[in-house]
Amino acid sequence: MTAAVQEALELDKVESHLHPEGSFDVEAHEVPKGREEVWRFTPLKRLKGIHDDAPFADGATKVEVEAAAGVTVETVAADDDVRGLSGLVPTDRVSARAWAASTGATLVRIPTDTVIEGATVIRHHGTGSETAGAGHAVIVAEKFAKATVVLVFEGSAVVADNIEIVVEDGADLTVVSVQDWADDAVHLSTQHAKVGRDANLKHVSVSFGGDVVRHDFSAEYSGPGGSVESLGLYFADAGQHIEHRLFVDHTAPKTKSHVVYKGALQGEKAHAVWIGNVLIRKEAEGIETYEENRNLILTDGAWADSVPNLEIETGEIEGAGHASAIGRFDDEQLFYLRSRGISETEAKRLVVHGFFNDLIRQIGVPELEEKLTSTVEAELAKNINTLIEKDATA
Amino acid sequence: MSTLEIKDLTVSVDTEDGAKEILKGVTLTINSGETHAIMGPNGSGKSTLAYSIAGHPKYTITGGTVTLDGEDVLEMSVDERAKAGLFLAMQYPVEVPGVSVANFLRTAKTALDGEAPKLRTWVKDVNGAMNKMHLDPTFSQRSVNEGFSGGEKKRHEIAQLDILDPAFALLDEIDSGLDIDALKVVSEGINDFRARDGKSVLLITHYTRILRYIKPDHVHVFVAGRIAESGGPDLAEELEANGYEKYVAAGV
Ligand SMILES: Nc1ncnc2c1ncn2[C@@H]1O[C@H](COP(=O)(O)OP(=O)(O)OP(=O)(O)O)[C@@H](O)[C@H]1O
Ligand SMILES: [Mg+2]
Repeated sequence: MTAAVQEALELDKVESHLHPEGSFDVEAHEVPKGREEVWRFTPLKRLKGIHDDAPFADGATKVEVEAAAGVTVETVAADDDVRGLSGLVPTDRVSARAWAASTGATLVRIPTDTVIEGATVIRHHGTGSETAGAGHAVIVAEKFAKATVVLVFEGSAVVADNIEIVVEDGADLTVVSVQDWADDAVHLSTQHAKVGRDANLKHVSVSFGGDVVRHDFSAEYSGPGGSVESLGLYFADAGQHIEHRLFVDHTAPKTKSHVVYKGALQGEKAHAVWIGNVLIRKEAEGIETYEENRNLILTDGAWADSVPNLEIETGEIEGAGHASAIGRFDDEQLFYLRSRGISETEAKRLVVHGFFNDLIRQIGVPELEEKLTSTVEAELAKNINTLIEKDATA
Repeated sequence: MSTLEIKDLTVSVDTEDGAKEILKGVTLTINSGETHAIMGPNGSGKSTLAYSIAGHPKYTITGGTVTLDGEDVLEMSVDERAKAGLFLAMQYPVEVPGVSVANFLRTAKTALDGEAPKLRTWVKDVNGAMNKMHLDPTFSQRSVNEGFSGGEKKRHEIAQLDILDPAFALLDEIDSGLDIDALKVVSEGINDFRARDGKSVLLITHYTRILRYIKPDHVHVFVAGRIAESGGPDLAEELEANGYEKYVAAGV
């Protein structure tokens, strides 16, 4: 570890519950019962035992890599030094179990001073295997490098993984994690980023498919001037549980975080959870943070929980704010559109597209834009009949 | 061609203290090709009349009829009314984030015509309409009404009137919030529309200002949820001179 990193890590201890002590020892983490703060929204019964002691084995997903020119992608041994480079220490049992069970790690490295054209895509295809899989990936953008890495998850699988992201000083990295699973998939992902001096990380989580998808994304800063933009887009269908837990730990001065998550929910028992935690430490003077979560409930029977949470230990900040909303279609918007001859169904489609459009544009990955728009379209098409029925009975 | 007939229309809104009657029996016939102005003080129910005709869900029709060329308008859904030829320019046009003006207009035109507009002429038509309203072509790429100034919203309503070309235009305080130049531009747009064959207009306004540019065939004074007096264009001049006092006093 370099001296600078060492120094940055020597922070005052924080009492905050936002910062539980982590441990690599699985047995240090009790089996969750469901009452614990971090588990109270998650349907444990549907996790296929991965929070308890269900075995992990290789082969749950087939991995395909399309590396952009200049990016190296390799598999390293489980005991390789790169594991832990981001500072990730598991704070829950699933993450600790995945760490212990991983037989190797995927290492993505973007060399110093290189600007990479095009996205590097790592595709995980669920094989429908009965056994759960444990994954580990480390993405390192070296100093002043610029690149985009897209992780795609599809097919049927039960997966627990740890994704580490290291953005060295001055680097500019975009990481997109697309959960486009089949209906029966279970995915618990712990993603942690360490953002260097004057470095930028754009982290995007897109969740469409899966039975239970829970993403914990956290970020810390190893130097001043770093910036994290954390974007999320999700579409929860009948019976689906999609949970995002964000934690931005402002560990250095003059750092920025901007979090925007938007989701639409439709169908019976569609459930979305968003927890947005931001901790501004005493030493994090002059920081700026904003977090926002918006949920659009398209039909009856769907519900969302949205909990922004800001903890501030210094008064010397540039700005801190949050917004959270759970709403249905706006009658005035629908009326306006319909008064121009647009049918109710079509008007709703327009509003939902509009709701996501800005966000899709902000993601700024051209390879993904069209795919995301058409996936939103496909999700809407699934439920368009329900939308109409609900209107008729409303 | 379109004749709009409103007979004994009574309308209420739900309030915390129960239903509140706002329109108290409105009767009005607007023949094809005519322009009627409705003038009245704040809160008299002008917007309520416009919204009720257009089918806003907030208003409950408690009595009376509205027909367009004999067809029962009140039976129609909001979009069916638009397809039947009604168009409402709103006093406060609504913002629709993330939906571009271009997409909105194309979707509306397609819905009204039952087929997508021809690409070639379409772009020209849209740009032409924007241009006439002194709206920069970049407006097409912006979200519907989002961040538009009050005047831009109104000009955008008239650009829609031009492009969507309804038979019957309900214009609710299209003149409010416009400076004199914008008022002229908007009035020209409305007059261009009126010059088309058989177009009818119901022009709702609080001030006589716009009537310098748009000459109505009939003027109605609207007070406390009903028409207090009807007359020709000279009635507007009298209102300009004497205001609504006479009617408001009589209504109490
Ligand atoms: N939801 C509501 N609850 C109570 N009163 C309402 C409600 N909606 C409308 N009203 C009342 O109905 C009356 C008529 O309103 P309307 O908007 O139609 O008036 P208007 O003539 O268009 O006024 P303006 O010139 O200000 O535009 C007003 O007194 C208004 O306060
Ligand atoms: Mg009004």
